[in-house]
Amino acid sequence: MAATEAVGGDPGTLSASGAVARRQAVSRASRYVLLAATLIGVAVLAFLTYDTVDAGASRISWDFVTNYPSRFADRAGLRSSILGSVWVLVPTVGLAFPISIATAIWIEEFAPKNTLLTIVKLNLANLAGVPSIIYGILGLALFVRLMELGPSILAGALTLSLMILPMTVIASQEAIRQVPPSTREGSLALGASHWQTVWNHVLPGAMPGIMTGIILAVSRAIGETAALIMIGAFTFIAFDNTSPFDDFTTVPIQIYNWTIRPQEAFRQNAAGAIILLMAAVLTLNLIAAIIRERFRGE
Amino acid sequence: MFVLFSESVTFFEHVSPAEFLLETNWQPLFEPVSYGIWELVAGTFNVVFWSLLMALPIGLAAAIYLSEYAHPRTRRILKPQLEALAGVPTVVYAYFALNVITIDILRPLLGSDVPIFNSLSASIMLAVMVLPTIASISEDAMASVPRDLREAAYGLGATRMEVALRVVVPAALSGIVASVLLAIARVVGETMIVAIAAGSTPFLTLSPLQSIQTMTGYMLQVGLGDAARGTIDYQSIFAVGLTLFVITLIFNIAATIIVGRYREEYE
Repeated sequence: MAATEAVGGDPGTLSASGAVARRQAVSRASRYVLLAATLIGVAVLAFLTYDTVDAGASRISWDFVTNYPSRFADRAGLRSSILGSVWVLVPTVGLAFPISIATAIWIEEFAPKNTLLTIVKLNLANLAGVPSIIYGILGLALFVRLMELGPSILAGALTLSLMILPMTVIASQEAIRQVPPSTREGSLALGASHWQTVWNHVLPGAMPGIMTGIILAVSRAIGETAALIMIGAFTFIAFDNTSPFDDFTTVPIQIYNWTIRPQEAFRQNAAGAIILLMAAVLTLNLIAAIIRERFRGE
Repeated sequence: MFVLFSESVTFFEHVSPAEFLLETNWQPLFEPVSYGIWELVAGTFNVVFWSLLMALPIGLAAAIYLSEYAHPRTRRILKPQLEALAGVPTVVYAYFALNVITIDILRPLLGSDVPIFNSLSASIMLAVMVLPTIASISEDAMASVPRDLREAAYGLGATRMEVALRVVVPAALSGIVASVLLAIARVVGETMIVAIAAGSTPFLTLSPLQSIQTMTGYMLQVGLGDAARGTIDYQSIFAVGLTLFVITLIFNIAATIIVGRYREEYE
């Protein structure tokens, strides 16, 4: 049996028949099956966005942002949780930024290449995979109880910075490694010391990559719920935070609080808060993407 | 890590490790008190099983499509959208699991006797959460399979699907396995989705329509109350946390080892 035959009497074009034709048909069909599977993820994203906006958009108003939480759903707002999120994230970044840069510089530029370094690197990779709730109980035992900070903003910031450090250190390391050797060698050839080279040339070159890593880590920390609930941030706050030793609550914890209530009105509040939280997360991701694109060519 | 161990040690002074590992009943809050970790481990692996059952075929299909079928322009549009799913805070997924999946989808579909807290709704959202992990890492692995292998197969008359399934997937298998292990580690460690949607009643079951409790779910439940330091509740979360830590560490290390091997092969 011939595997091919002329199409429409044109001897120039061959077309498969029999088993080969079946295989080709299956292959052509597989494209659409696989495309459909890929689109499931995109469709879920679209559906979730639609559903949240549908449920929560009516709640978004200036009052929703400036009111304290309340047991009356229509009067409840995000004031204390937004302030709490900002209060806890600023020291988190303040701690994680210098520590991750210092660690990455040490590992990439100064550390002796020995077993200790291998162990440190392996540890970092594994720490990045540790579930956030483990950081939560660590923070509970270490900062809340042992250092007696209580469920305070400072304890939350220390816990969150521990959580994002492996991520930011690894991102900083990669950024430093991508600085071309010619930059480094040029500086050394002109008589700069190792430290001057790192400070004046390697670090500025790596800064976009480091910033991208930090911003992505903040977008992770801004949505973190479990670790902060473990250290005791699941509280009713009806005042403006003024000191790092205050109790606090954050936007995702407020979403959790509203989600587990049975009343429909609180479900709408949760959806409204989700819209604002997602807007913040997407903005951070967008900024990171823009920084990455802008400095890619250099 | 030291903290985790020292607090766990105090727990094991009160509860023998044998009871912890051999009893199957987890009932720490009511009499008769019993600390058998297996109900919580079973709860965790219940959601791991069902979420991977959904995420694996879809994630793999997406990876194959993006790597082998899609036009580069299509891939540039679709891949960031898939990866956006990974950046969504998990409390948002938890909201959907409870309010949308259970109430708007599962109940109308499967009847109103579906419990409000069930492992299926949590598993569905966990599957959505790890979909980008599987799709993205597997796609990277497939994209780095050398072109020669593909062209040799085409030269022998294989169709596009045969090249994808019989040449590229086996060649990228170690990267695919690593992506699955990382996905499992993420599901095991995820807290908010299971705590909100899967319930808080430990059961030794793999049934998707049952209310269950996972290791992370239990830890959060204790964390919500204010367990005083030195009480057995407070110590029990460290023992559960240690178990959780060991399980995720095993999956993460296995993934690292497999990825390491794979690199040796192609670079």
